[in-house]
Amino acid sequence: MEDRSRRSFLKIGGACALGLSALPAIKVSAADVQSVFSPAPNALTGKKWAMVIDMKKCWEKGKEGCKDCSQACNHVHNVPDIGNPKDEIKWIWPEHFANAFPGQESEYTPEEIASKEFIILCNHCTNPPCTRVCPTQATWKRKEDGVVMMDPHRCIGCRYCMAACPFGSRSFNFRDPKPFVKDPNPKYPARMRGVVEKCTFCEERLAKGQIPACVEACKAKALVFGDLDDPKSEVRKLLHSNYTIRRKPELGTEPNVYYII
Amino acid sequence: MKIYNGDKIIPGILIGVIILTFPLWLARGKAAATPDIKFDTPVIQKLAVKQCVLPKETMRTSHMVVLNDWRDAAVRNNTRVFTGMDGKKYDINLQNTCMECHSNKTHFCDQCHNYLGVNPYCWKCHIEPKETK
Repeated sequence: MEDRSRRSFLKIGGACALGLSALPAIKVSAADVQSVFSPAPNALTGKKWAMVIDMKKCWEKGKEGCKDCSQACNHVHNVPDIGNPKDEIKWIWPEHFANAFPGQESEYTPEEIASKEFIILCNHCTNPPCTRVCPTQATWKRKEDGVVMMDPHRCIGCRYCMAACPFGSRSFNFRDPKPFVKDPNPKYPARMRGVVEKCTFCEERLAKGQIPACVEACKAKALVFGDLDDPKSEVRKLLHSNYTIRRKPELGTEPNVYYII
Repeated sequence: MKIYNGDKIIPGILIGVIILTFPLWLARGKAAATPDIKFDTPVIQKLAVKQCVLPKETMRTSHMVVLNDWRDAAVRNNTRVFTGMDGKKYDINLQNTCMECHSNKTHFCDQCHNYLGVNPYCWKCHIEPKETK
């Protein structure tokens, strides 16, 4: 008969526990050997990407009706021009003060602010409500740099994120957008009917070491992009030397787009 | 044995069998055109070593797995460089890397996909290269 003493049972049990505890370490070292994917070498890296928009510069230096930023964005990302407000797809667009900063206007708000349009885009919030409600994780906050990402492959078009976003930064493709892209950029995909899309802080350009297309296109240098985690970055300097406002800060989503007015 | 209404049922069954097998009759003697994949794009012709990111046999049987892995690597994990078997590095990008060489979608992708009756939805979003022919 076999020896079934308590001593032998404990020995075997101990050996099994040791084996299980070593498993994660083995897995990690095995993954290291096999990894054929690596990050892009020239990518811009930051911990917390943010944008500071100097509306004074935009209004003063920019020509009347200048749309350089949104045109650059729309072209690079194949954003359709459907020409119907109901089906409109918006990544970066103008909005009047009362709509951009509701609750902050009064009847004595200076005319030059109340009448002017502000540049609006996804705030890439530190605490984004849109990513929390997504049932498929088609949108998520990227841990390494804070970009609120969008994966149209996974989007099922339920539009929970649109309901959750308090800034209207998300648009739904109610119809096939491809025929409405006048001059398609062959380097970037379009979208299909039934998915949500929004600004991605040009994450595909960041991976190539380029700044966002809107920032690059602005001749008045009103848009500044940078890392909030880096005290020497230009955005931090601007935030230090100017009074800035954010959209709906009372909601606690911690927007990462700041406005100098 | 007697079948009630046999004069209607038996011709009915015969007609049913003919209708069901109609596609087979129609295509009898005609073999479906076998896929004719072309690799003669300008970019491939200029390559010194005509080698895809992985061996030809792997790509032939598992390109859909490779594409899914590439998609997840680039979009979800932000790892955008792929190191091939020979150590060569590739930018992970369907439109700019795969289709740079295989710029002949109708003579490359579509040949087998049509033959097999599969309909991948890549091109509902991704923009296919402009073909000269």
